[in-house]
Amino acid sequence: MPVVDLEVTSLRDFNQMLHGLGDGTNETYFRVINPRGRHAIAAGIDAAVTVEIDGNAGYYCAGMNKQATVIINGSAGVGVAENMMSGSVRVKGDASASAGAAGCGGLLVIDGNASGRCGISARGIEIVVKGSVGHMSAFMAQAGTLVVLGDAGEALGDSIYEARLFVRGEVKSLGSDCIEKPISDGHKDKLGKLLEEAGMGGEVDLSEFRRFGSGRTLYHFHMDNLGAY
Amino acid sequence: MGAESRWVHTPPRTSATFDEHAIAEIHRAAATGIYDIRGFGAKRKVPHFDDLLFLGASMSRYPLEGYRERCATDVVLGERFAKKPVHLKIPITIAGMSFGSLSGGAKEALGRGASAVGTSTTTGDGGMTEEERQSSKMLVYQILPSRYGMNPDHLRQADAIEIVIGQGAKPGGGGMLLGQKISPRVAAMRTLPEGIDQRSACRHPDWTGPDDLEIKIEELREITDWQKPIYVKIGAARPYFDTALAVKAGADVVVLDGMQGGTAATQEVFIEHVGIPILAAIRPAVQALQELDMHRKVQLIVSGGIRNGADVAKALALGADAVSIGTAALIALGDNARELDEEYRKIGSQAGSYDDWHEGRDPAGITTQDPELMQRFDPIAGGRRLANYLAVLTLETQTIARACGKSHVHNLEPEDLVALTVEAAAMAKVPLAGTNWIPGKEGGSL
Repeated sequence: MPVVDLEVTSLRDFNQMLHGLGDGTNETYFRVINPRGRHAIAAGIDAAVTVEIDGNAGYYCAGMNKQATVIINGSAGVGVAENMMSGSVRVKGDASASAGAAGCGGLLVIDGNASGRCGISARGIEIVVKGSVGHMSAFMAQAGTLVVLGDAGEALGDSIYEARLFVRGEVKSLGSDCIEKPISDGHKDKLGKLLEEAGMGGEVDLSEFRRFGSGRTLYHFHMDNLGAY
Repeated sequence: MGAESRWVHTPPRTSATFDEHAIAEIHRAAATGIYDIRGFGAKRKVPHFDDLLFLGASMSRYPLEGYRERCATDVVLGERFAKKPVHLKIPITIAGMSFGSLSGGAKEALGRGASAVGTSTTTGDGGMTEEERQSSKMLVYQILPSRYGMNPDHLRQADAIEIVIGQGAKPGGGGMLLGQKISPRVAAMRTLPEGIDQRSACRHPDWTGPDDLEIKIEELREITDWQKPIYVKIGAARPYFDTALAVKAGADVVVLDGMQGGTAATQEVFIEHVGIPILAAIRPAVQALQELDMHRKVQLIVSGGIRNGADVAKALALGADAVSIGTAALIALGDNARELDEEYRKIGSQAGSYDDWHEGRDPAGITTQDPELMQRFDPIAGGRRLANYLAVLTLETQTIARACGKSHVHNLEPEDLVALTVEAAAMAKVPLAGTNWIPGKEGGSL
């Protein structure tokens, strides 16, 4: 089990080593100590390995991740797991702005709170936030799921396309063209499976969630929608 | 006795303010309730390279022999930080244009033409297609605010990365791709429903401001193991500050796009009224580079209204390292061709004026996703036309450089230029022709 001390090994060397891992590598688990908020830790991995970071990470931790499991035993800076393609990222603390931004796939779990713009421009990523999310979360989100066990800030789902949003707590306000939608048994099944995958199976009552998504009224330019643009 | 009728009525007089175009636009707006959206770049006349002249050689300047003495044209982009800089044979690149706004065949033709003469093409909103990667020997991968199609595998396959902050046709605006062009393939690449009017974001989703940009660039370098040059593209608005901030953020190359730069679809009011001409933008950008001791270390690519080798030479003389062409490249492929005039007229336009690139009805098969129209465009022939055009631009640039006594096109300098108008003299910071007066320069003269 390699332990990588970022006070000793440069971030560049560590990331390059991760990028050089081929399929079937014997080294499948890395523990990172002394991250000290460095940016782009474990960014750009394309291998089925686990990287566990003991401490706080800076911007873009696990950015563009493919296949890997990245665990942050601390909080994460802006853009954690941005543009993730697959794999999973878990933040044991809080996440700063734009968590999971533009993510295409994979699972991002945030045990604490996430700041503004969580899931912005999401393109298929699944995000579960145990705490609350800030303003403009899921802004222009195209696909994927955002589950919030706490509250959501202003303008949730503004200009949303086809992403699915589930919120258990209060929603301060909805953004343009984001509406509440009925939640069916099928939705609850999917939600339950996602929470199970996020390690929260059976912890919450699924009936407490409300579902939000696109009203699809802004999909075409029309003068009647002028006030919404 | 009544006055002769011809003295009673003054002839009809049109207003200079409410001219034919202004009146037609008011009528159109009143009828539809929506602003006009179109492609192409600014159509109004603004100070441009036509307002500059080269002085050529004279008693104190020795020219090079036109067909014998070498005048080099090569450019290296991205030496500041990248392990693998981009080496171009000519100082002319192809600007970012998306698959979606352009047909697959047009993108292929751009790759074929550029590769034939040793230069690069650039992706666009919507990501990289396999055909584009295969046809372009050197391909710059754009990272745009929308992140449509953004894929780390493509990032690693690219020869360089271009972070788009803005575009000359619409600094501060996001892209548009109207429903007619959101074909199943385009929709899948962009993770969008088919047939919707797609609005691209104007701000990046995961960074704000130059300090964040520095960290974003660091992430991209980490992901690509510090191999690829990273360009930062800005729309010409505040070129002095934007260039300085891009350099501070760690850019290898700054791409500066003037208001004449093309767009696939933008509001007319945006195209014509936001941003500044490229002529006014180059010198402030170069000044920023010089003050940071980064001129020729961080390369400057300029675009927006480049049409011929004289434009290329003038841009280089003002301090650019290379130019980029978009609209001119499409015209070289066959856009707005006179032979298609009848077909343009059927859709309410004419050859030379066609700018409804967003509608997807392009009879040339270039700015469309319609399978039938796309069939009309031959990417091999189109690529050949583009290669010819790029060769001519290069030869024309060399012709002028040799006349100024330069053995490399990068040796062209502002001292080789004069301006025809006071405005151009002030913007380009070269003397008004026949004088030693540079408006705005301290002391007022050389």
